[in-house]
Amino acid sequence: MTKNNLTRRGVLKTGAGVGASLAVPTLFTGAAWAGYMNEPMGSSVTLGFNVPQTGPYADEGADELRAYQLAVEHLNGEGDGGMLQTFSSKALEGNGILGKKVEYVTGDTQTKSDAARASAKSMIEKDGAIMITGGSSSGVAVAVQGLCQEAGVIFMAGLTHSNDTTGKDKKANGFRHFFNAYMSGAALAPVLAAQYGTDRKAYHLTADYTWGWTQEESIVAATEALGWETVNTVKTPLAQTDFSSYIAPVLNSGADVLILNHYGGNMVNSLTNAVQFGLREKMANGKNFEIVVPLFSRLMARGAGENIKGILGSTNWHWSLPDEGTKAFVKSFGTKYGFPPSQAAHTCYVQTLLYADAAQRAGSFNPCAIAEALEGYEFDGLGNGPTLYRAEDHQCFKDVLVVRGKENPTSEFDLLEVVEVTPRAQVEYAPDHPMFAGGALGTCNPGA
Amino acid sequence: MDAIILQILNGLDKGSAYALIALGLTLIFGTLGVVNFAHGALFMIGAFCAVTLNKLFSLSFETVDPTRTDFLGNPLKVKTPYLVDWFGPEVGASLIDWAVPLSILFSIPIMIGIGFAMERGLIKHFYKRPHADQILVTFGLAIVMQELIKHYYGANPIQTPAPDAFRGSLDFGVLLGFDPNVIIYPYWRLVYFAFAALIIGGVFAFLQFTTFGMVVRAGMADRETVGLLGINIDKRFTIMFGLAAAVAGLAGVMYAPINSPNYHMGMDFLVLSFVVVVVGGMGSLPGAVAAGFLLGVLESFASMNQIKSILPGIDQIIIYVVAIVILLTRPRGLMGRKGVMED
Amino acid sequence: MLGLNKKDSTLLLIVAAMVLLAPFILNPFPADSAMAQFNAGYPDLMQRFVIFGIFAIGFNILFGLTGYLSFGHAAFLGVGSYSAVWMFKLLSMNVIPAILLAVLVSGVFALVIGFVSLRRTGIYFSILTLAFAQMSFNLAYSVLTPITNGETGLQLTLDDPRILGVSATADGGIPVTSLFGMEMRSTFTLDAGAWLFQFNTGYYFCGAVLLLAFYLAIRIFRSPFGLMLRAIKSNRTRMNYTGLNTKPYALAAFVISGMYAGLAGGLMASMDPLAGAERMQWTASGEVVLMTILGGAGTLIGPVLGAGFIKYFENIFSKINEGVLHQWFSFLPDGVENGAVWVVEHFVGPGWHLTLGLLFMLVVTFLPGGLVEGGQRIAKLFRRKSTEPQDGATQSHPAE
Repeated sequence: MTKNNLTRRGVLKTGAGVGASLAVPTLFTGAAWAGYMNEPMGSSVTLGFNVPQTGPYADEGADELRAYQLAVEHLNGEGDGGMLQTFSSKALEGNGILGKKVEYVTGDTQTKSDAARASAKSMIEKDGAIMITGGSSSGVAVAVQGLCQEAGVIFMAGLTHSNDTTGKDKKANGFRHFFNAYMSGAALAPVLAAQYGTDRKAYHLTADYTWGWTQEESIVAATEALGWETVNTVKTPLAQTDFSSYIAPVLNSGADVLILNHYGGNMVNSLTNAVQFGLREKMANGKNFEIVVPLFSRLMARGAGENIKGILGSTNWHWSLPDEGTKAFVKSFGTKYGFPPSQAAHTCYVQTLLYADAAQRAGSFNPCAIAEALEGYEFDGLGNGPTLYRAEDHQCFKDVLVVRGKENPTSEFDLLEVVEVTPRAQVEYAPDHPMFAGGALGTCNPGA
Repeated sequence: MDAIILQILNGLDKGSAYALIALGLTLIFGTLGVVNFAHGALFMIGAFCAVTLNKLFSLSFETVDPTRTDFLGNPLKVKTPYLVDWFGPEVGASLIDWAVPLSILFSIPIMIGIGFAMERGLIKHFYKRPHADQILVTFGLAIVMQELIKHYYGANPIQTPAPDAFRGSLDFGVLLGFDPNVIIYPYWRLVYFAFAALIIGGVFAFLQFTTFGMVVRAGMADRETVGLLGINIDKRFTIMFGLAAAVAGLAGVMYAPINSPNYHMGMDFLVLSFVVVVVGGMGSLPGAVAAGFLLGVLESFASMNQIKSILPGIDQIIIYVVAIVILLTRPRGLMGRKGVMED
Repeated sequence: MLGLNKKDSTLLLIVAAMVLLAPFILNPFPADSAMAQFNAGYPDLMQRFVIFGIFAIGFNILFGLTGYLSFGHAAFLGVGSYSAVWMFKLLSMNVIPAILLAVLVSGVFALVIGFVSLRRTGIYFSILTLAFAQMSFNLAYSVLTPITNGETGLQLTLDDPRILGVSATADGGIPVTSLFGMEMRSTFTLDAGAWLFQFNTGYYFCGAVLLLAFYLAIRIFRSPFGLMLRAIKSNRTRMNYTGLNTKPYALAAFVISGMYAGLAGGLMASMDPLAGAERMQWTASGEVVLMTILGGAGTLIGPVLGAGFIKYFENIFSKINEGVLHQWFSFLPDGVENGAVWVVEHFVGPGWHLTLGLLFMLVVTFLPGGLVEGGQRIAKLFRRKSTEPQDGATQSHPAE
């Protein structure tokens, strides 16, 4: 294995190469590309799976890692192939990627930008990883995406929901399959209007950091467009564990809907506290008081137990979907691990497959070739219906699920039921939408 | 007005958690002179005693229900708790329902045991060592305890509900002459407050009215002289450690229904409980309790929208602002004694 | 040499040699062998060793000499990082002005916080510093987002208004940090048979700074000023009775150690232009405390060893996964292999914290003087003749 130097001359040289290739829009051949960062020379190719293994999101990270291991098995032709059989692209042959066996290294992001970047760097510098993927929070995703752009490898984001990841912090080397806060709002609002009426007064509790803000902004915009009024938006500190002093003022605020822009442990606690304060039995303005959790996660919903019953929210994907891709994935994951995959696991599995497929189609591991193969790519059979990887911002556009906490779960995994599959057209937006403005993709960087 | 009363209730409720943790911490600080960074972990272990009993009660056997299918399309395995099978659905279900209060009994011997083991096995060797070494060893221990819990229970929070009888809220406003449904407060939080008051009262009474307590108080004031009097301080220190661990554990058990326990909840409380103890003043039990309630109430007030609109972000830092103001105006916190951990 | 006595010069030379040869020393295993997992000689980790070494050396000037235990030192590291990144954004990609500003700003911060906090001693001092640092962290994460970019961390963008230099390079990328044209990230790779050695410009720049910082620390330790600080530690009241005001000395130590932290923060941002709020959290402050105690508080080399120890576990042990373990134990029979993997996997990968916690306990229990004492004991085994304790440089002084 040989590593390439990050010298200025190398960058300039490749930069020129890229320009030349772009000018000639023909099919790629591996030979058209000059050297690039961590070019795999041997019989194998190394991917870097960078997930939280310690800290509050460790369980989510563990589920992501399971999905990655499954994806590697399927790429290498082991196991039952999972979604490879339902994937619309048939480029992958089950013999690795471009005939090279897929190997992987793992790291711990600790859900901290610094630690995540350190871990990603060690994968690139020490293990020769050609692609980094994973993560369970937007702060980490943006930080690692920035690093991958500078280092010249592809970043396939894991679970990251902030508008910024493909908005103001988008990067040419970064790709996101997961949905975002804007889509949550666009999908959720019509359902909320249908279920709870258009004459509602909403009170927002929002985690006081960038993801929380983008979600609050998105949901406020979407619900106000349907006639809802926003009574108040209150920021809650990141480290808050007891939300009682934020929930109590909701009681007499005149609001009849509480929207919790929280994720993970924050969500579990704020929801539990809201239920403790009797908000679910409350009547306000002559209507039933309602609670909404815009971003649901089944793993975390377990921590909230009974409290999530009947509560509406949105997710990227759920294992109970009826399509063939979902069934194939749930079957191979469930058979291997004994329980159904989470949405984080799904998005990570799909991202790995998409990367592999792009490399296969491009005929090269060069980040610029792969980026070009992914940009504007239409595919199907990976669980969310027909999906587009938009070229302008590297965001996937696909159907979004509106879900509700199930009243009579049959098992500890059966916590959510799908209320509506919001079609893709309804959650699309222009690349220069104000909520996503302010950044630029820049040009792809192949490193070396 | 109603908003202020609600925030006072919230503050007292938060304060009782802070006070209980700080009480245990200051027992170890004040009597033994040990900086115990594992105290938050003891609180966490207490909460997981409740989780464990809940799990034990819900231990189930599986029967196959051929009419329904699981997520893979196989026949669904239905779980029935052994308790329900043995005692019938009613007794069994109510036992599971009451798991959290019952785990008070379950946790006391466990926590005292852990406290004894910690003191005899580890802390004992560190009485004469610098505080820095104590920090390192107890921090290491806290990490180990945390990781063990994470290994068995995972990293996600685990729902541990209060008994059905305590779900719902008390209409507190009516008692004070407000309209109905203006000031309502969850039963379990009121229970927590009462429980904390009971434990705090109990610990004070124990130290005030028993010979053992007298010796310990003497030991806090002047350890050397008590030793010179031929009193076996060592044994009493072990017992004090067990007591402190039990107080932390009970605080955790009762806290489990308020917020679902997770393995790092101890670390979330650790820094805060040190701030509370120091603001209260080193070596002062009443100081720790008073500081706990003071910080709880002020934290609740700071999160009111009216205050946040004047001082944005004040709820993020109120605890630290108060700590700085108090420590600068009163050199030894609220009620600290001279010479304890001042150098 | 350079105004140092013989022992100190030797120590400095040893450290210099270690810094220079680190790419070899830290990469003892061939790149394709199973043991390559334990290699730490890649640029990012070597930079981290050195930067956290500087941070810990600075912390030790305060804690090791005066006995004041600051629990908020990470705030200065964070402030340094932010200043440096802002310098990259506004002025130039040259690391020198960025680092200078980082040191300056954190020095001012330390002066203000130190002036207030040093009115109290002991645990009261610790909690005051903790409170200031936690305030900085919480505000940086939320209200101060326009300056700090909150959760995401302050990053360079393509439209930074850089006065000296370009906003974006010709091929549309963000320019990289450099020292008068020498890029911090450029790496020269030496392919020596089965071994791969990486020599990184940024690492050697950090290494040079470390040597400077280390030299300065030795001079402070050996100066009358250092002696005064030690006197504060051993008995402050007595010092006050002699009519001497100790506070200016303690404050000077606090500011110096805050500037060391700022230097470390500036270097961190120079190696990787991102500044995150987590750098200021109490866990980060706690980490440098642990590094110093683990290595041996009050010794010159101890904090550097402690920093390396913790960073090694964080970066190397967390990356060992089940697949790697199966590779290692593949020579065993199947059943035994699975058993061995099952046992070991609790201590690596997701379980690396457990290993770290256990090692903290073991080291502090059996080596009261920290890792330095471990080194001394080993040295003693080899040199049984000279049992006399070495003074100064490597001898451990208990923290309090």
